Amino acid sequence: MSKFSRRKMITTGLAVTAGASGLAVAARVAQRYGLIPPDAGGLYGPGETLTYAAQRLLTRHSLAREFAPSQISKPPFANAVDPLGEPFKRLQDGGFTDWRLHVDGMVARPAAFSLAELRSFPVRRQITHLACEEGWSYIAQWIGVPLAHILDLVGTLPQARYVIYRSIQSDWWESIDMADALHPQTLVAHGMNGGELPVGFGGPLRLRVPRQLGYKSVKFITRLTVTDSLKPFGKGLGSASPEAGYAWYAGI
Amino acid sequence: MTHWITTLCFLALLVSGVEILISHPRFYWGEAGNILTPPLFKLPIPASRATVPTGYGYVLPDQNGWSRYLHFQAAWLAVLTGLLYFAFGLFTGHFRQNLLPARADLSWQAFWTVVAKHLRFQSASEADARSYNVIQRLTYLFVIFVLFPLVIWTGLAMSPAIASAFPAAVAILGGQQSARTIHFFVSVLLVVFLLVHIVMVGLAGFRSRMRAMIIGRPATNLEPR
Repeated sequence: MSKFSRRKMITTGLAVTAGASGLAVAARVAQRYGLIPPDAGGLYGPGETLTYAAQRLLTRHSLAREFAPSQISKPPFANAVDPLGEPFKRLQDGGFTDWRLHVDGMVARPAAFSLAELRSFPVRRQITHLACEEGWSYIAQWIGVPLAHILDLVGTLPQARYVIYRSIQSDWWESIDMADALHPQTLVAHGMNGGELPVGFGGPLRLRVPRQLGYKSVKFITRLTVTDSLKPFGKGLGSASPEAGYAWYAGI
Repeated sequence: MTHWITTLCFLALLVSGVEILISHPRFYWGEAGNILTPPLFKLPIPASRATVPTGYGYVLPDQNGWSRYLHFQAAWLAVLTGLLYFAFGLFTGHFRQNLLPARADLSWQAFWTVVAKHLRFQSASEADARSYNVIQRLTYLFVIFVLFPLVIWTGLAMSPAIASAFPAAVAILGGQQSARTIHFFVSVLLVVFLLVHIVMVGLAGFRSRMRAMIIGRPATNLEPR
């Protein structure tokens, strides 16, 4: 009995030590390669980390499916939005000529772009699927400037790791990692289904992240902030979603 | 051991799955579907979102945040446990010995013998208590090798990022809304399996079966009935 338990204890001890150091090394490597999401703490951290890490390894460069014009949902469904405040209405009355998209943070040349300027930039049109976490979805054509082009114009600094984007609705802000920010299908969208982007769908400007659920495609965006850490923003969980109990990474 | 982790995960997935479902209790076929699209069918229950027309005058509380976190975490644990069970099952010959029906048992006659035994409410003999009959074997094989893989596949097919990396996995199912609909039906089948499974264990003698499940063998003397 004693011989058995001593051997067992040594084996168990070795296994635990190996397991713990293995985990520590794995965590180090994951941190280094950006495989840990900002909401990795807490009860559901392990599941979120596994999802985000697995998807970053499998889907870093994959392109969202694009559809034929005949597959566009008619009519598309505009989800309910919180009442738009006075500042929005003033800009809307002026035909959005004073709408600005500010870009700041870790960039060489902070800037503010008008809609006319954004429309003069290279345009990408794509017909993609937008799925809400609730379970419904629609297919629409999105027209806009690749976010990568804007980041290139302002000169993103090499240490940049995330882009934060804010809505004119001040409690709605999100962030994505550079894999999604530089992805060719991530658009600062100013048009939809052949026309301008309707207010009901986030007009005049919406960030479209087609490889993530709808709530990452923030409507009415006014500011982009490039950063190397999400810790100083809000509660440090990455965006408004985890603060409201939803996952930061919504590629699921 | 893997059984009880799976049980825990299954219950977590069920509760969180129902919670996610009630935010949009409508089902579609194809790629896209929303409240402006005619549904394949809808469940006659209230929803947790005001945008869904349900005919009920009230909206249930929204619990999607933690439900989604829990659903995916439980899914990870269930899949990792499943892989362990699968490796173990192959390695020890559990699938071959205990689950694969013997060739002789695959005849209709053998099949009806089992059915007749059940219809006459005969209790299990000593030999039956230690092994699975042909219907049990086929059911377990169907659950392990058809329903579980299908529920994982349809679940992953709903993910926009997975769909971007493996578009064929979505196309074969008929689209992302089709995947959601199939996910729902497979879950219903799994719940039916769970209920029948519990009733059967109850009929087979709850204490003796629990003893077998927890410590790995039935009591030497079967409980008198």
